[in-house]
Order: sequence, then C-alpha cells, then structure tokens
Amino acid sequence: MCPTCKTTLDMSTSPIAARMKTFIRVRIAAGDSAEQIKAQLVAQFGPAILAEPPKRGFDLLAWLLPLAALAVGIVVVGGLAWTWSRRRDSGAEAREPDLDPDLERRVDEELARYED
Amino acid sequence: MTGRARTVGQIFAIGAVALLLVLLGWKLAHNSGGVADDLAKGKHPAAPAFELSRLDAADGKMSLADLKGKPVIVNFWASWCIPCKDEAPALQKTYEKYRAQGLTVIGIDAQDFRGDAKGFTKRFGVTYPVVYDGSGSTLGKWGVTGFPETFFVDRQGRLVGERIQGGIDTERNKAAYARGVQAALGQAQ
Repeated sequence: MCPTCKTTLDMSTSPIAARMKTFIRVRIAAGDSAEQIKAQLVAQFGPAILAEPPKRGFDLLAWLLPLAALAVGIVVVGGLAWTWSRRRDSGAEAREPDLDPDLERRVDEELARYED
Repeated sequence: MTGRARTVGQIFAIGAVALLLVLLGWKLAHNSGGVADDLAKGKHPAAPAFELSRLDAADGKMSLADLKGKPVIVNFWASWCIPCKDEAPALQKTYEKYRAQGLTVIGIDAQDFRGDAKGFTKRFGVTYPVVYDGSGSTLGKWGVTGFPETFFVDRQGRLVGERIQGGIDTERNKAAYARGVQAALGQAQ
C-alpha cells in the first residue's frame, strides 16, 4: 500500500510509491522472498503498509468474520426457505374447506349436463 | 417463521443498525484534524507528545519531553518530498542562528525509508536532531496532511504561531515562519 495515498502500489504514482516499487524490485533481484520483502517493509512503515491484514492474532478476525457472516446468512436463508415451504404445504391443505353435501350434488349434476 | 423468531430477528437487525450508527458517530467525532485544527482557531494547545527512534544517532530515542523548557521548531518531512529539499538549508540556518538562545529544531521523518532519510540529512548538512516515524504514527495527532509542515512550540510546551504548510522559505510562508520563530522564543512581535 502507498503510505500517503492509501491505495495499492500498482495504482499509485506518488513519489514514495515509486520508491517502494524500486525497493521491491531491488530486493527481488537480490533473491529475497516475498515474505522477507514484506517483513522489511513492515519494519520500516508498520503493518498498515500491507494491502491485506496479517493472518494471525487479532487481525485474523478480518478474515474469519466475513466467512462467519456468510455461513450465518446461508443458515438463516436456508431455515427461512424451509419454514416457508412447510407453511405453504400445511396452508394448502387448510385452504380446502369441505363442501356442503347439497352443493356438491348440484355441482356434480351441472357438470354431468355439460358432459352430455 | 414463528412470531417469536421474527421478533428476535427484528431486534437483532435493529441492534446491528444501531451499532453501525454508533460506530459512525464515534468515528466522525474522533476524526479531528489534530492540534492543527486548534491552532487554526487561535488556540494554543499543548504540543502532542512523541517518542521516536533517532535517525542521527546509532541508537536511542528522542521525545518532545526531552526538550522541555526549550523553544522547539517541529518539522515534518520526507526524503522524497521536493519542497523539503528546498527548505532544509533554511531550517539548518535557523538552528545555527538561534541555538545559543536555546532554540532547537527537530525533524520528524515520516513515511520514508530510513536509509533514504539518512542520505538526505547528509546531503543537506542537517545537524539538528532528526527522528524516524516510518509508520506516520505522529501525523494524525499533529494534524499533518502533507510534507513539509512546520510547527512552533514555546518553552511551556504549547503550540504558538501558525502551522506552516509547504516550504518555510517560500514567499507565502516566509513572514509566518519568522513570526513563529519569535513566538517560540517568547519574543512575539
């Protein structure tokens, strides 16, 4: 991250971003690993220089909380969908009231006339 | 969903929104411009404390408290900052001129590579104390928004004069800088 403009290095044209890109190129050419280069930058500029939070300690929450929220969301939506589908099934059964016997007979007679 | 479950869900949702609003309010209330804001309103707050590692010494730290009782010019800079290069000789001259009266200049190098900053001080013949703040932890408290910026602290540890944004030797800032030096020395014009 660029320490002055708070964007990733590839998006920044600030003097310090350019200097950091040069530093990274030089360290890569010297054979440093990505982790070593990150550690050197953090030693100079502090952990906020990383574009993503470290996966340890309190910062691990930044990775775990979104996953936990997604899992809770899936459970809630799944539960709601299950509940709604059960309600629709029992509601469909309840919506069919018994017909009056006389009325049912008259309906059957009318239907038979049309069939004839 | 049963009535009870719906009520619980509604309470949870309202609580989450309320929490977010509280967080927003707290952030807005604490998003101040540091002491620079107070200075701009004509106040003279105490200079924010700091303790940082020295750039001009092999080891050791320096704090503002170490300069208690002395007039101090606090200059925020970085080696990659062009106006900082232009003003460095003027700051060094101020240090040499008023040192006998107890005034000191302290340079805070922020958001910079330590090696680059050391090279800068050698190149421009800086002999006043310089400390290193790579992460920029002091910037928020002082209200620094760019480089260079210069503040004046009197013998009582209060901010006096004006906050100088940009080089101290520019036409725009020369007079304010001179007034700030006098205010720090307790010889306000």
